[in-house]
Amino acid sequence: MAQDSGTRTLVSQSQLRRGRGRAIYWTLLAVVVVGFTLVFLGPLYWMVTGALKSGQEIAQTPPSLFPKDPQVQNYVDAWNNLKLAKLLFNTFYYAAGAVLFQLVFDTAAAYSLSKLRPVLGNVILGLMLATLMIPAMVLIVPQYVTVIDLPILHINLLDSPFSIWLPLVANAFNIFLLKRFFDSIPEDLMAAAFVDGATPLRTLWSIILPMSRPILGVVAIFSVTAVWKDFLWPKLVMPSPETRTVSVGIYAFAGGTPMNVVIAASVIAAIPTVIIFLIFQRNIMSGLTAGSLKG
Amino acid sequence: MAVITAPAPAGHKAPASPAGGRRSRKLRDNLTGHTFLIGAVLCFALFMWYPMIRGLVMSFQRTRRGETTWVGWDNYIRIIDDPSFWIAWKNTFYFTALALVLGFAVPFFVAILLNEFRHAKGYLRILVYLPVMLPPASALFLFKFYAYDPSEAGLFNAILTALNLPTSEWMQSPTMTMPAMVLASTWMNMGSAVLIYLAALQNIPGELYEAAELDGAGIWKRIWNVTIPQTRLILALLAMLQIVATMQLFIEPLILANGAGTQDSATSVAYLIYQHGFFQNDLNGAAALGMIMLVVLAAFSAVYVRLSTKED
Repeated sequence: MAQDSGTRTLVSQSQLRRGRGRAIYWTLLAVVVVGFTLVFLGPLYWMVTGALKSGQEIAQTPPSLFPKDPQVQNYVDAWNNLKLAKLLFNTFYYAAGAVLFQLVFDTAAAYSLSKLRPVLGNVILGLMLATLMIPAMVLIVPQYVTVIDLPILHINLLDSPFSIWLPLVANAFNIFLLKRFFDSIPEDLMAAAFVDGATPLRTLWSIILPMSRPILGVVAIFSVTAVWKDFLWPKLVMPSPETRTVSVGIYAFAGGTPMNVVIAASVIAAIPTVIIFLIFQRNIMSGLTAGSLKG
Repeated sequence: MAVITAPAPAGHKAPASPAGGRRSRKLRDNLTGHTFLIGAVLCFALFMWYPMIRGLVMSFQRTRRGETTWVGWDNYIRIIDDPSFWIAWKNTFYFTALALVLGFAVPFFVAILLNEFRHAKGYLRILVYLPVMLPPASALFLFKFYAYDPSEAGLFNAILTALNLPTSEWMQSPTMTMPAMVLASTWMNMGSAVLIYLAALQNIPGELYEAAELDGAGIWKRIWNVTIPQTRLILALLAMLQIVATMQLFIEPLILANGAGTQDSATSVAYLIYQHGFFQNDLNGAAALGMIMLVVLAAFSAVYVRLSTKED
């Protein structure tokens, strides 16, 4: 009885199994499955097949459900004219670097704040978390001004991947997520390692990190998708055609390129994140709720 | 050994001990701790804390021909005098309000529905979250060229024609611009809200529904009296986060409406910041507008905190 109520939701199980409830349940399920497929997968189908249509076919009324004479040429044109290989490589490169920088610096910081707890650690954590309150658009101008002329060093980071990597390290949400995970690792383990004479770095490497694989995975996946989806910041700090990310590159070409070729390029640009999602969907979904529920 | 096992909590002053060894050990521990922090702290300092102050300072300065002078409130006055300032705020509030109706209520009811199903759960979740993973630029080009094509060859107009409904000009009609942007934005973003609500719904104890049903409460009554009160905190939090996110509306007008849209129907505050900063060579004005946006959003957050603490 008690176990039954654990899975009980709005409508009771037994009601769904009986005659009328059962009929309603299956009808509703069918409607939702079909409806959701149309609403969420339909546009993607339209996108992939639309890019296969000729310029004439896409303008005809009513639109055709299947491309009559598939024009793979649109995808080939997108790949060649927009230099998608270069754009995709750039984006991969920025994403990989972002993962590396975030994992190294944010993990080290979270470890220090959680386990080493140096003087003023809480103040620093507070200042980091305070940045979550500042909307990104408010900082875009002063951040840009900072990047084109770094204080003290007077280096211009435009077109340098560091202008994407370093600001991403300043991610309070990651540090919060990692710190909370490290907090749940028993203090005894740390103590035991210290007794054995392990340095803090060694403890982090051989005890904390192996236990934290799930959360590190979540941080890495979110970091890749963040770089892949970002638009305005890379548009500002990567102005030259050689350093653009794929989204910015497509946008830059959209004006003078046939519509179907732009869509074909958009499809290609979306493939990597969709693949990442299909592979890691469990991690992504658990990370999403882990960060927001108890936060 | 006892000294090592319990690292002192931060801010806790070391007891003045005659043993110098203990003090130097403490110093060394702190040093190690700060060494681990330094990378992240430097990045925060350079790209978050310093720009925050810099933005505030810039908003009271003016740089002309390489010379920077203090100009008091001039930037703010110039920004507010610009007629597009008020249009941008009107549009942004309109978008936020529409997005709240559509993007807030719809995911909640979708989550309630999905939570009842015992079949196809994984499939439905993947479907809802799939658009979130698309690069926004890709998804918006899809809407711009295929869905919102104002001719009858467009996807939405073809559907409307098939249903014998009047077609729309979409982004070319000033009245449809905002609803069309909200629709695209909701489609792209609602997945994460649905998944967060689903997790929250799973934490509601089944006994509560049981008891409500025994008291004769129907489905709607149960949603109103059990589901909503039980998820009140997460609902309020997501509403707040969504308001802050939608007020920064930028990429939708940029791609769908080429920025300003038909008769300025799409200009948003964030787009105006971008315009001033990077096209009109007015970084100081853009910084001032950013500060105004910060104050408005902070006011929203303050109201939210006030309301949510009052109820507890």
